[in-house]
Amino acid sequence: MSQRTEQQASAGCRLVRLAETDRSGVTIFHGGKALDALAGDTLLTALLCNGVALRRNEFDGGLRSGFCNMGACQDCWVLLEDGSRIRACTTEVWDGMRVRAPDANE
Amino acid sequence: MNDDTPRVLIVGAGPAGTRAAEALVAHGVAPIVVDEGARSGGQIYRRPPAGFTRPAAALYGFEARKAQAVHATLDGLRERIDYRPNTLIWNIEGGVAQALGPDGIERIRFDALILATGAMDRVIPFPGWTLPGVFTMGGSQVALKAQGCAIGDPVVFMGTGPLLYLVAYQYVHAGARVAAVLDTSHLSQAIPVFPGLLWGGRTFAKGLWYMTWLRAAGIPVRGGITPVAAEGQSALEAVRYRDRRGREHRIACTGLGIGYSVKSEVQLAELAGCEMAFDPLAQQWLPQADVDGRAIEGSVYLAGDGAGVAGADAAEVRGRLAALALLADKDIATDRASQARLRAKLRRIMRFRNALERALPVPFHLARTLPDETVICRCEAITAGDIREGRALAPAEMNRAKAFTRVGMGRCQGRVCGPAAAQILAAARGCAVEDVGRLRGQAPVKPLSIRAGAEAAVEDRSRAASI
Amino acid sequence: MSESRTDVVIVGGGLVGCAAALHLRSRGASVAVVEKNQLGAAASGVNFGGVRRNGRKLAELPIAARALAIWKRLPELVGSDCEYEITGNIKVARTDEHMDQIAAHAEAQAEYGVEVEMLGRNTLRDRYPWLGESALGAAYCATDGQANPRLVGPAFARAARAAGAMMVEHDGAQRVERDGSGFVVETESGRTLRGDTLINSSGAWGGRLAAQFGEPVEIWPMEPQMIVTEPAPYFMVPVLAVVGGDVYARQIPRGNVIFGGRSGTADLDVGFGKVHAEESLTTLARTIEIIPRIADLAVIRFWSGVEGCTEDHLPVLCPSRTTPGLVHAFGFSGHGFCLGPASGAVAAELALDGRSETPIEGFDIGRFDSP
Repeated sequence: MSQRTEQQASAGCRLVRLAETDRSGVTIFHGGKALDALAGDTLLTALLCNGVALRRNEFDGGLRSGFCNMGACQDCWVLLEDGSRIRACTTEVWDGMRVRAPDANE
Repeated sequence: MNDDTPRVLIVGAGPAGTRAAEALVAHGVAPIVVDEGARSGGQIYRRPPAGFTRPAAALYGFEARKAQAVHATLDGLRERIDYRPNTLIWNIEGGVAQALGPDGIERIRFDALILATGAMDRVIPFPGWTLPGVFTMGGSQVALKAQGCAIGDPVVFMGTGPLLYLVAYQYVHAGARVAAVLDTSHLSQAIPVFPGLLWGGRTFAKGLWYMTWLRAAGIPVRGGITPVAAEGQSALEAVRYRDRRGREHRIACTGLGIGYSVKSEVQLAELAGCEMAFDPLAQQWLPQADVDGRAIEGSVYLAGDGAGVAGADAAEVRGRLAALALLADKDIATDRASQARLRAKLRRIMRFRNALERALPVPFHLARTLPDETVICRCEAITAGDIREGRALAPAEMNRAKAFTRVGMGRCQGRVCGPAAAQILAAARGCAVEDVGRLRGQAPVKPLSIRAGAEAAVEDRSRAASI
Repeated sequence: MSESRTDVVIVGGGLVGCAAALHLRSRGASVAVVEKNQLGAAASGVNFGGVRRNGRKLAELPIAARALAIWKRLPELVGSDCEYEITGNIKVARTDEHMDQIAAHAEAQAEYGVEVEMLGRNTLRDRYPWLGESALGAAYCATDGQANPRLVGPAFARAARAAGAMMVEHDGAQRVERDGSGFVVETESGRTLRGDTLINSSGAWGGRLAAQFGEPVEIWPMEPQMIVTEPAPYFMVPVLAVVGGDVYARQIPRGNVIFGGRSGTADLDVGFGKVHAEESLTTLARTIEIIPRIADLAVIRFWSGVEGCTEDHLPVLCPSRTTPGLVHAFGFSGHGFCLGPASGAVAAELALDGRSETPIEGFDIGRFDSP
């Protein structure tokens, strides 16, 4: 479907960890690629700390990486590999969580 | 509880919902408390997930004791109330709240309802605001408070309102690089003009304190600015603004927090049947209630920022007042003296709030003059030009603009873009913003999983439509 | 207050009334439209948006054919295609009995020139792999389609106004009376509109107006409960309807799936649709049986509107039997969107000529008289 490169999808913004880094690690998968995260991260935090954008807007095609971070703006719904959709800013990661990359074939 | 004890549903477990629950329990009424959050405290006193270790002072600063007290109150009530975290009320219809929680959809019947739905950032779009790296001010704060993260490196904060300096202070304090604080108003000029601000006493002093602290820490703080654009290829790289003299500046950053104070979350109040009226100060349609939060006597009560923004201290007072009003309406004896004290306290806070809103006006005019190509509705990618033109059908009213252009029709149902879209439409029609009306609240107030909805369906073929 | 005199006064500014106004102007007649709320809103603005002949009652097929021709000319008529697209329509059967039913109907429709292709289970699954197991077969009509109902009525209203029709909005007809050889309409704001002829296109409220002229028609208000999902990759081209009516669905190229099937009960005095979320939950359950993949999507909005149904689910579109110069065009029973543009044209012809070339035998108001 999309010819956009993985590189573009990876050019999302980067959250920077300042504190609370002593938590246990978990591994999540984004487009099949393993990413490190910490227990208690929201999916938004985990992906953005890895420099990965969350999704593309369906209409302008732009990358999106959340906005309100509190479950109000609905701009961070992402697709899991099992087809279900979750809101990244209000869902905590679990070990082995598998997320589709924004430009993956649907 | 005996049988005629009213069945009370409280929506929201922030400071207002918590204090309402506390007051009800003190009078022998055990409410159901439904909250979208995983942990109580609301947005203002949001608690990090399990395993986080920073002390309250690091998370809440001056407000640490208040935050801890609110948390402890709800924790202490948990054995006596029916507390349901991680649960969204997505519709209210005929004395039943439809909830979506971890176990799917549930219908919660109630005799009376206290809505403490809180607020979210008020946003004025500008070119580039949908780029990854641009967050709301509240969202920036959540990243830090609940996740220990900064939204970028370096970060710029831009907008106006009490959160601007607080969040910037918290970021610097936590070790983030803050490249600038850009204020569309002039906080330091506001003091002599608005003596009402002095009613706020400590609160206002804190605002000035944060600003002074930031300056002393060497953070550029600019007042009277105008946002121009957020820039970047596929994510934020810089923000451009004009200073008060009209000169343009560009600051490189990978995180930008924006916001113009906060606005009430009113969707459930509207679905519950509250009368809505335009508030000229907030430039928002708000559910109407009396001083105690009584919206529909005997059934619907409003508390906290969801009923008009007044801040966390007011929310605690309003939570108690709403509970007392409800109890009185249900013929349960309450202490009139404490009610009078709460009302007096609320009056003092409101005097300050009103002065603050006037001193730090939301620059809605920025929305009215946005370039046509600026995306306003970030869900549906609808631009300012689309709204103005309305597909050549010249909508005179917000719901028509929505019908014609799809503005506010996406996943967020207009809660983010609605206020700015109304300003743009009003300017295009040459009328006052209240004359273009408001986007009507519609269920579900947030996206509802079809699978969950289907699993909860009650089979009843008797009312099937014949098409 | 203002007074006007036009050849025709139209009470009810929905799609039918606005289309009639445009048609009257194209014939050179002067016309005023009175609408109590917004032009082109109400049932015209909140319906499902199907434009089809597949599965349609035979009596409606001739006027539907005329409607189709008008739909294709929307850009030149009203300046916008209103997102009208010919996407095809599948009427899906879940039982052998329903399969026989649609096959028989397809044969009858062929006599009206409607080409319908019968699809067996395997063909159906090959063409539409997203259909659920319960779909046994379908009748497919390639010439059907869909449009955006929020745009069509307002586009006709704008075109009628641009063509010189007087369009009165937010000012309902309060008193409608015969006056000498014509009619006089007084509005809520005190406006007086006089006309030689009167078109009653007041939708679900048309029965009340007809009753004033001694020809009552019972109208059952209904509130279709509509649902729209978040956008999803475009997979579903044709409009889908299930025999029995408990699921109908379409997807727009933007990705949203719009569907419905259940109806609430309406109150004509309230005048707007009320969402009954419980009804819609039932529709969710029914729909994922037919289109399983939408289970992963989220609903972003429910809505409803008021429509008026007659006893036989056919419209009233005819000259009045009691009152010369009065034309009825109401009670479209949920079929008014597709038929709207042509019904307006027919109503205009009835008002000017007393007759129309389009066969409308099944829509006479006299059919409800007790024998």
